[in-house]
Amino acid sequence: MVSVRSIANTPSSLTPNDLPWIIEHREDRCTLCGKCAAVCPVGTLKLAYMRKRMPQLVLSSSERGSAYKTFVGIRQSTEVNKRCIGCGSCAMVCPNEAIHPVQNGERDRFRFLNSPQGEPAKRGGRRNDPGASLLDRIIFDRISMLTDPALDAGRHEFSCNTLLGRVLPPEEYVRRKLAGEWIPPVREIFPFVIGSMSFGALSPNMWLGLLQGVAYCNEVLGIPVVMATGEGGCPPWVLRSPFLKYIILQIASGYFGWDEIIRAIPEMQCDPAAIEIKYGQGAKPGDGGLLMWFKVSKLIARLRGVPEGVDLPSPPVHQTLYSIEESVMKMIQTMSMAWNFRVPVYPKISGSTSAKSVLNNLVRNPYAGALMIDGIDGGTGAAYNISMDATGHPIAANVRECYLDLCAQGKQNEIPIFAAGGVGKNGNVTQNGMALIMLGASGVHMGKFIMQSAAGCLGTESNRCNVCNIGLCPKGITSQNPKLYRRLDPDQVAQRVVETFMSIRTEIKKVMAPLGRSQSLPIGMSDALGIDDKDVAERLNIRYVC
Amino acid sequence: MCRLAMKTASEPFSPFSVLQAMEAMQEGYDGSGLGLLLRGLKFADYKYNAADPILSGIAHTEAALARLDHLMDKAGFTLKYDHEYDVKKAMIEAQDRHKYVLRVYKKPAAWNKLSAEEVEHELMLTRLALRADGEANGNDLTAFSLWPDVVMIKEVGWPLDIGIALGLDSGRITSRICMAQGRQNTNYGINLYACHPFFIQGVATMTNGENTAFIPIKDWLSGRSYPGYIGYQSDSEVFAHILHYVTKQLKLPLETYKHVITPLKNEELAKHPQGDFLRGLRDACRRLIIDGPNAVIGTLPDETSMLVMDAKKMRPATVGGKPGEWAIASEMCGVDAMIPDRDRSKDFQPMREHTVIIPPDRQELQIWSQFDQLPIHQAA
Repeated sequence: MVSVRSIANTPSSLTPNDLPWIIEHREDRCTLCGKCAAVCPVGTLKLAYMRKRMPQLVLSSSERGSAYKTFVGIRQSTEVNKRCIGCGSCAMVCPNEAIHPVQNGERDRFRFLNSPQGEPAKRGGRRNDPGASLLDRIIFDRISMLTDPALDAGRHEFSCNTLLGRVLPPEEYVRRKLAGEWIPPVREIFPFVIGSMSFGALSPNMWLGLLQGVAYCNEVLGIPVVMATGEGGCPPWVLRSPFLKYIILQIASGYFGWDEIIRAIPEMQCDPAAIEIKYGQGAKPGDGGLLMWFKVSKLIARLRGVPEGVDLPSPPVHQTLYSIEESVMKMIQTMSMAWNFRVPVYPKISGSTSAKSVLNNLVRNPYAGALMIDGIDGGTGAAYNISMDATGHPIAANVRECYLDLCAQGKQNEIPIFAAGGVGKNGNVTQNGMALIMLGASGVHMGKFIMQSAAGCLGTESNRCNVCNIGLCPKGITSQNPKLYRRLDPDQVAQRVVETFMSIRTEIKKVMAPLGRSQSLPIGMSDALGIDDKDVAERLNIRYVC
Repeated sequence: MCRLAMKTASEPFSPFSVLQAMEAMQEGYDGSGLGLLLRGLKFADYKYNAADPILSGIAHTEAALARLDHLMDKAGFTLKYDHEYDVKKAMIEAQDRHKYVLRVYKKPAAWNKLSAEEVEHELMLTRLALRADGEANGNDLTAFSLWPDVVMIKEVGWPLDIGIALGLDSGRITSRICMAQGRQNTNYGINLYACHPFFIQGVATMTNGENTAFIPIKDWLSGRSYPGYIGYQSDSEVFAHILHYVTKQLKLPLETYKHVITPLKNEELAKHPQGDFLRGLRDACRRLIIDGPNAVIGTLPDETSMLVMDAKKMRPATVGGKPGEWAIASEMCGVDAMIPDRDRSKDFQPMREHTVIIPPDRQELQIWSQFDQLPIHQAA
């Protein structure tokens, strides 16, 4: 045994086996083309010259006993910042199936060292909680077709849309209509909304693809899909286009992009679908947004009215926020007034045990159009691991509690609750969404799912990729670098958006038909829900089934 | 599936004739019970003043009856007539029926200064107090209705047998409207309150079908904090409460009911002369949209009768008759049995957009379509 000091060894030394992903490389198939090393977003792959000893039996004393051979091979970096993220870009470009990342079955040691320079671990993407989510486990068990004529999902007409905006109680509606008074704006939209992802977080090609797909869904297929911008404004040409009506503009604590929006108001051809005021998000409650400097391209800088290449942090809280009552009053009314009370305005908050207090304030504000609650499973562009993993509230119980609270006040039709946070994180988007709707949500927002479904995002709950925050998205979805985002064809994204929503629409019908529902979205139809966990059933006030 | 029969005529007739008509529809139904509502009453042995409230129910024990007397006394009611049914106990399945209550009362003198609306409210509260008293005492007192000119009977068993067991064939009671339904609510646990027709403040409905949107509708109605919106042992009870809500709370015309329970689609509303109003109404009353296959037959305090279908017309129902006499039934043979001498070519089976209305004068059938203009000015 040699002394350990003769081996490079520091507290942070890692071997490939300590990393979450290990590169499996077959040198017998490798043609040394170098594409894998070129494409690797984090530069973990090294095409290196290496020397190999070739021991040989030598009988003559004039010759040396060993020969050396030099060869070229692929090696994986064990530096924390250059670790393999498992994205699989190398496998995608390898002409010979000679290389791919394999998830380390061991509990990796890397996590203990993932704080170089004292900076805690950050990532983009998701919560990394693999396995069936609670929403995945909810089933629809009240099959009505046994007692009455069945609906045919393929033949009958179904009304699957939902309402976004303040709905008056019927007595008040009739009174105001009679008196010719103001009726709050209400939008009829598809209950699955493309959640807030900013123009800045997403690449221009991704954003364009989403918008094209959304426009096609609305104008050709009659599926009234809307998408939310996230903080950071909206491209000027979109603000002045007829497509603005499919867009929910978000205002958040940094107010980025709002100069451009306010200036465009006189030139708008139509009103936006709604205004979302972000007070919090599921992935990082109590933390403001952050657009890293390398994502602040010329275009983004123009939209946000800032210099190029600077970090753009949003404060954790709105500067105007003294109390929720005051903020709701100020911001909701100001935003409503900007569009002359023709556009629904609603706050987005992170899932929290205090969600009910916010809700009760909204109930008392006649201009509040909805409440959007983003649960702990919500994804993001960038957040500290600790925020993403352990801060927030799961969405199911949060929505249920708020809905039942509204029911107790008889106001469940007046303030629609929208839910987000893990909808479709395992691919079961319609099932997850419909479960939330039957628990009381009027609709759901989805972010990660749409990135995966429409653009082929490589991330998974097993911590694959999840580097949306560093501008190096291998698919070009969350990058402002043209070399990366030109990999993404907006037309193809648009097509996938359309395919995704067509499929969701069919699946909604496949859920509604056996329940005997076709006339309206089954919001709050909790008698149709069951779960194989007594405690959850009791908490959510649904049936325990086994 | 339920079988429903309703007859309305200018001249009072015996409810037994409607029970006989139900026999014609016996194929395919389980005959598990009878729900009966009579309106426009005439008693052979009592000259009834149509303004006096009538209490209908069952006192299951002597003690319950005594409590009923006490409660009505305390509320200030004076008993004017106590109808004794000619009960043949052996023909009734249930054994705990001490007395079938049909009593005519004089309203409390203290109510004289109340408005008509307030009197209606007090009548409902008195009925609910009786119901609550029964529920607090092991369900030994059942109060179906307390309203002028309305009698209700609900019992378990074969409808015709119940009719004979209660002596309805004797002709002692006749009425201008009779709503009959032949089933207990076997979808859930049997409970007399769960049997159609359902009644609230003179508004009554009975339904053939299943309301799959029951829970969200129930949740919304329960949230109104309106004392009468309780019960919901049956998914069909909400039809009566929605009809009450639309006509009595929102004070909208009867035709609006259909727009609330089965609103038109966007493209249809776009062409409707009051599309803007109706779209807003649809949004405001969104939680009252019914679902599933349903035929709803209803009657109102002024003796108007009505029939509407679900939005997909998944249940049958026929209306037929002649001036002065009309019948609605879930099966055509039921209409035949109630009014055999009518012009059958004029029978009508409403489609998804129709509301069939038989006005109190009973001279003609009004077929109103959702696509027609509503008789309300503000929507124009």
